[in-house]
Amino acid sequence: MTPKQRNTPEPPELVVNSDETSALLRELVAHLRQNRTQLREDWARRITRAALLTAMTEEEIFAEATSVYDNYVEALATGTFEALQAYARNLSERIIPRGVETHEVVGIVLLLRDVLARSLFAKYHEDFTKLNRILDAYEPAANRIANTVAVGFVQERERVIRQQQEAIRELSTPVLQVRERLLILPIIGVIDPQRARQLTEQLLRAIRANRAKVVVIDITGVAAMDSNVANNLVQTVEAARLLGATVIVTGLSPEIAQTLVTIGVDLSEMATVGDLQGGIEEAERLLGYKVGPLSEVTPQS
Amino acid sequence: MEVPILKQGDYLIASIQSALTDADLTQLRVSLGERVGRFRSKGVIVDVTALDVMDSFAVRTLRDLAHTTWLRGAETVIVGIQPDVAFAMVQLGLTLKGVATALDLEEGLEFLDRQLKGRSGRRG
Repeated sequence: MTPKQRNTPEPPELVVNSDETSALLRELVAHLRQNRTQLREDWARRITRAALLTAMTEEEIFAEATSVYDNYVEALATGTFEALQAYARNLSERIIPRGVETHEVVGIVLLLRDVLARSLFAKYHEDFTKLNRILDAYEPAANRIANTVAVGFVQERERVIRQQQEAIRELSTPVLQVRERLLILPIIGVIDPQRARQLTEQLLRAIRANRAKVVVIDITGVAAMDSNVANNLVQTVEAARLLGATVIVTGLSPEIAQTLVTIGVDLSEMATVGDLQGGIEEAERLLGYKVGPLSEVTPQS
Repeated sequence: MEVPILKQGDYLIASIQSALTDADLTQLRVSLGERVGRFRSKGVIVDVTALDVMDSFAVRTLRDLAHTTWLRGAETVIVGIQPDVAFAMVQLGLTLKGVATALDLEEGLEFLDRQLKGRSGRRG
């Protein structure tokens, strides 16, 4: 770097002399380590005052603040972010279930940045050039740290969301065998196109695996139905028929029945029975079962 | 590749072994129509287990085949449609309306037995 550039108070481009930067960062790190207690307390106090991390107690905030602080300084000292990244992920894993929001995490990291910057101002305010150079070294690293922590948090959150979606999806479409060659598929909740697709695929696979002949789809738990969902249902019924299985749909609520008639979905191909019990009885009849009290079912001689 | 057609009692079984060209399918329809008369068969089973794709031509040909054999006095049942194929078919609106389907060969035979019993019962 030319002397002229070094003397300009303007922030230089990011092409900084690495030796100089690391020397400055070393000095900076020494300063932060020296004032660890003081700065850490400042920071924790500011977090409480800004009403961030309200889901945690003050002791917890202080404990976390300490480890974040140390990791922060460590990242500044070594210039590597892996440890910080791992820590951020670990922290996120612990605090996400407690309802900590993204803005809080970003907020506390920005607060730390602010606290540290202020202490730098206080220390170097007499030597403006030095302060400027220290900030040149500090800012990019601090930005990167803030970025790392925020991204780590968001990624962890997205991972949790994905995991939960997966779990809900798995839970939401059980295909149950109630008798030899008879399956029931109780549908509960909202059917979106993606779920309808998954439902159909799962059902078709189960029909094949269990050699099912009759399937009872119970939609008592479906609150509302539009033409898309109805068409999906018709498709499911058709696809099951192609595999040689008869589908009986049960539990159409009066509202849904009326909606279907009003929007004019062609349900003529679909066998419907009022409730699940009726559906299973009908299915048993189709399969040739006769079910009743022992006194009524006489063994054939 | 021509589809082998096996005679099994009153039934004809056409077992598709690999992907078919349009010409093969048409050929299958013609030969089945002819053999149903020659062997005086009462039922036809077309096994499509080996097919992992069915386009609209295939579906239409199978439907026509079923109607043709029906006019010649034999019931047709399509067996072994794969779940993925079934799903794709309904998405494309190809639903083999009016054609009997069954899970596999065994089910298909059982279905035909039942149909025939019903029919002879009505006639006798």
